[in-house]
Amino acid sequence: MKFLYNLGRYFILLKRVFERPEKQSIYRRRFFDEIEKLGLNSIGIVFIISFFIGAVLTIQTAYNMTNPLFPRYLIGLGVRDSLLLEFSSTIVALILAGKVGSGIATELGTMRITEQIDALEIMGINSASYLIFPKIVAMIVFNPFLTLISNIVGIFGGLLVAVFTDYTNPSEFIFGLQYAFTPYYLVYALIKSVVFAFLITTISAFYGYNVQGGAIDISKASTVASVQSSIFVLTFNLILTNLLL
Amino acid sequence: MIEVRNISKSFNGSVVLNNISAKFERGKTNLIIGQSGSGKTVLLKTIVGLFKPDNGDIYYDNINFTRLNTKEKKNIRKQIGMIFQGGALFDSCTVEENVKYPLDMFTDKSYEEKIEIVNYCLKRVNLINTNKMYPSQLSGGMIKRVAIARAIVLNPSYLFCDEPTTGLDPKTAGLIDALIKEITIEYNTTTIINTHDMNSVLEIGDKVIFINRGTKSWEGTKEEILNSDNDELNNFVFAAKIFQKFFPNKNIV
Repeated sequence: MKFLYNLGRYFILLKRVFERPEKQSIYRRRFFDEIEKLGLNSIGIVFIISFFIGAVLTIQTAYNMTNPLFPRYLIGLGVRDSLLLEFSSTIVALILAGKVGSGIATELGTMRITEQIDALEIMGINSASYLIFPKIVAMIVFNPFLTLISNIVGIFGGLLVAVFTDYTNPSEFIFGLQYAFTPYYLVYALIKSVVFAFLITTISAFYGYNVQGGAIDISKASTVASVQSSIFVLTFNLILTNLLL
Repeated sequence: MIEVRNISKSFNGSVVLNNISAKFERGKTNLIIGQSGSGKTVLLKTIVGLFKPDNGDIYYDNINFTRLNTKEKKNIRKQIGMIFQGGALFDSCTVEENVKYPLDMFTDKSYEEKIEIVNYCLKRVNLINTNKMYPSQLSGGMIKRVAIARAIVLNPSYLFCDEPTTGLDPKTAGLIDALIKEITIEYNTTTIINTHDMNSVLEIGDKVIFINRGTKSWEGTKEEILNSDNDELNNFVFAAKIFQKFFPNKNIV
């Protein structure tokens, strides 16, 4: 029952978020602020995680291909497709659910308990739209870039393993990267990244916007926002994979 | 003028406001007083529309605010200035940006015009050379003054203050009270102030409403408050030791 109650409140909040913006020039400015806050500031962590995922994936794939009948270029192919299909979209989304999700919930929760949201409402501003809409748009626009960056950096991490270790050699790895490439996998990854961006931003915003109480409640909302965002990312990962592949 | 008629409000079955009616006149400082938890903040937030009343109506200059749609309410809200207990300044914005904010949202003035108005309002509340400071760099009294500057930047018709002197030293509290009184006269606003500070009541209370356990228990002027025979009011007003010294014949239960 509580789930249904919260789901109803979530959709009511979304309705308010997507009402006509008050003043578009202000929203444009806020959009670029959010791009910096949510997107650009996440590049570092995406870079580090993707690099190591790519490197480890290369070693693990090589470790499982000891049979001499398997051509060595399959390592590059396996790393490419694993990153493209799953790691760069889903794992990055899970990381962002923690970093961005908790950030959004904390920011909005603090604004709620310090009455900043009430101040906006009293001024006649649709606070839900003003605060949340630019975040959603910024994440939807930027998350596909993060996914692409993650792919590129992950492949680079794998390539470095190929260069500096004996698991495979760089020319075979690069051949594998180019072999039997399916462009639709990229479309699939980008569609997932857009959906995940929407889920992370709206779910986290929902928990932050509706905080009641004090500092402990903000902390709780931040944790719940990350956990719920992660669960919904994983659930929609399954649904989208079933639908799109 | 703002008038509330038969306002009631409950939360989870617990009655917080019970059939409250009152009139708040223009150009006067109207004070809502009462103990913590008596319902005065809920009353103020209901009047400004942050809470929807379960029953009753709220009139802003004879316009029934409770019956308006969102767009119509927005037009009234643009005429409202509110000073929150903690200031509610946007902590990611500078003082200048905070005060300029309503101008950005609701006017098409040039940047220079907006800055001129912002500087006038900051000067009006005796804050100069603070434009580029952030709320975290300000004292409690300065935060309240920035909040007042933001509240008056659009020349409001209605000014609401939720415990504007709470947490301030007596001297700063006196300055804030005086400032609110001056602004009420200068801008001819209908001013409603929530407070439990008796100094404020006796300094600027043109009209005082006493809320006790969600009901209006007494109404009068600051002059009448000291001679009231309302026991609940006397318990509240004369609870402070300093008042008991000056009014030893008052029976405090």
